[in-house]
Amino acid sequence: MKRLLLTSALAMIAQGASADEIRVLNWQGYGTDLDWAVAAFAEKTGNTVVHEYFTSEQEMLTKLRTNPGAYDVVLINSAYTAQAQAEGLIDPIDTAKITHFADLDPGLTGNEDLNPAGALHGVPWTWGLTSIAVNTGDFAELPTSLSVLWDPALKGRVSIRDDGLEAVQFAAMATGQNINAITDMEAVKAKLTELMPQITTFWSSENDWNQFMSAGDFAVATYWSGSAARSQAAGLPVAFVVPDEGAIGWLDGLSIPASSTHKDAAHAFIDWMVDPEFYVKWEPDGAPATSNTKAAAALPETSFNRAVLGDPAVVAKVQFMKPVSDADREAYLKLWQDLKAAQ
Amino acid sequence: MSGNLARKDRTRAALLLAPAYLWLTLAVFLPLSAMAFFSFLSDVPFGDRDWHVTLDNYRAVFESGTYATLLWKSLKLGMTVTALSVLIGFPCAFVLAKVIRGRAREAMFLLVILPFWSNSLVRIFSWAIVLRGNGVLSGLIDAILPWDVRINLMFSPTAIVIGLVHSYLPYVILTSYLALQAIDDSLIEAARSLGARRRTILLRLILPLAAPGIIAGAVLIFVPVVGSFMEPRLLGGRLGTYYGTVIEDQFVAVFNWPLGAALSFVLLAVILTILALASPALRRSQR
Repeated sequence: MKRLLLTSALAMIAQGASADEIRVLNWQGYGTDLDWAVAAFAEKTGNTVVHEYFTSEQEMLTKLRTNPGAYDVVLINSAYTAQAQAEGLIDPIDTAKITHFADLDPGLTGNEDLNPAGALHGVPWTWGLTSIAVNTGDFAELPTSLSVLWDPALKGRVSIRDDGLEAVQFAAMATGQNINAITDMEAVKAKLTELMPQITTFWSSENDWNQFMSAGDFAVATYWSGSAARSQAAGLPVAFVVPDEGAIGWLDGLSIPASSTHKDAAHAFIDWMVDPEFYVKWEPDGAPATSNTKAAAALPETSFNRAVLGDPAVVAKVQFMKPVSDADREAYLKLWQDLKAAQ
Repeated sequence: MSGNLARKDRTRAALLLAPAYLWLTLAVFLPLSAMAFFSFLSDVPFGDRDWHVTLDNYRAVFESGTYATLLWKSLKLGMTVTALSVLIGFPCAFVLAKVIRGRAREAMFLLVILPFWSNSLVRIFSWAIVLRGNGVLSGLIDAILPWDVRINLMFSPTAIVIGLVHSYLPYVILTSYLALQAIDDSLIEAARSLGARRRTILLRLILPLAAPGIIAGAVLIFVPVVGSFMEPRLLGGRLGTYYGTVIEDQFVAVFNWPLGAALSFVLLAVILTILALASPALRRSQR
């Protein structure tokens, strides 16, 4: 028995030289743990993949801090990449080992949040937007400016999500400010006060939104890019618009923990994750937008992620969200509550 | 001997009361004291969050005028809904108790209780379909009236009141019905034979005798309506921010349980004060 264990252990070590088991830390059901993708990766490189999951960004950071060496690839939202880098949790990416790197959107690989200390610490993987969507029945021509929310002709047919942070960010963009460094709160407040009488009701979920839109209550409303793709696929007459003032963006990157012991295999896995072959197969399942321009171009022409988000000009307009301090969050919430209560 | 009997009675009473009190302890006292505890904390004591005991939540409630405005708005809503429910419910209960007899009464009663059988969320959503701009109500009135009518009651305070009255009307009907049924018909006959007019009978005989039922129904409606959040949120749209929705926000959206708990206790205190202030008047009317 002992010998059997020993030989199998030896066999595992011998195998380990050529094939690694890498550990990936991600949200559950978010692309990396698709069975077919993991199987294809194992076939290509001989490396196997084990997953562990987190349920919040804070939990992800805690896991990295308390389990050094336990993970080889970790998904980090760009808002947290700088913090993870500052704490020494992640290493710079060796871009030479990512064969598809040249195809990634330079607007995303150059994103300042992913490049703390002047080096890329997370390979941009997926991204998405919060912007506005309109009922195509109400617009002969799609609007190009956020001011459509304040259009008096649409009074009573406008909606935004019941969320203080998002409301403040939209008002900031409408007043020409950076959503991550709002300096003129008075202008934001005035703009939101002006917006309130326009609003019919607030929406809180995708399902909500679809119901109001199909009942004709909404002509224009803020919306999430992924949800807009689903609503369009469900047959609603909806167009997603990225106005000139910009849109609120989120960006997820794949990083390699500093304590990883399988860095080559980790790079290979990230390379596979940005491979067009992987993305094109994942996209119909409701994947967010890809960072790989070739992958977006390989999608069917009608696909939302190609037609609406595949344009690099869109990426250039996006304001990617940074972490919001508790004090700011509280101030926004208070402003929002007061505005709602004053109605 | 008699002391023995009393003791036996007491044991029996304790045994019979035990399940109810045990349940009350579990279902009311424990959660309520947990909430009272939360309301004095700086943050929810889950995970590795730092928290300490503080009065800041109550200070926040009293310092900001927003909550007082909303509380007043909710109290007004409670009064409106209660008054409308009594005005609609009492005549209905009177007809059920004193006019209709036999089979018809059973059928009518069923119709009154029917709303209780459906989920409250389903009820609200069906109102949404009816009240919407191009919805059932607008279409119906447009079909009846010769000129072009467009009624959009959805997302207005009216919609909230309609939804709430519909939900809570059965309470006042049931309690008034029980009180009216207890009035002996011969009392009314006696009054009539002595020459009392209908108005006098109603004001000096029926209303005073039925008052306990009406008041019980009114209290049953007023208390939950002041704290209601679902109807304002779904039917009120932009105008649907009330005290109850703010409490719900603290628990569901913002994850600030301590502030939500403090808001709840302020509401509880205000309602208890109102009931306490009203109780002498109520007691007099029940005499």
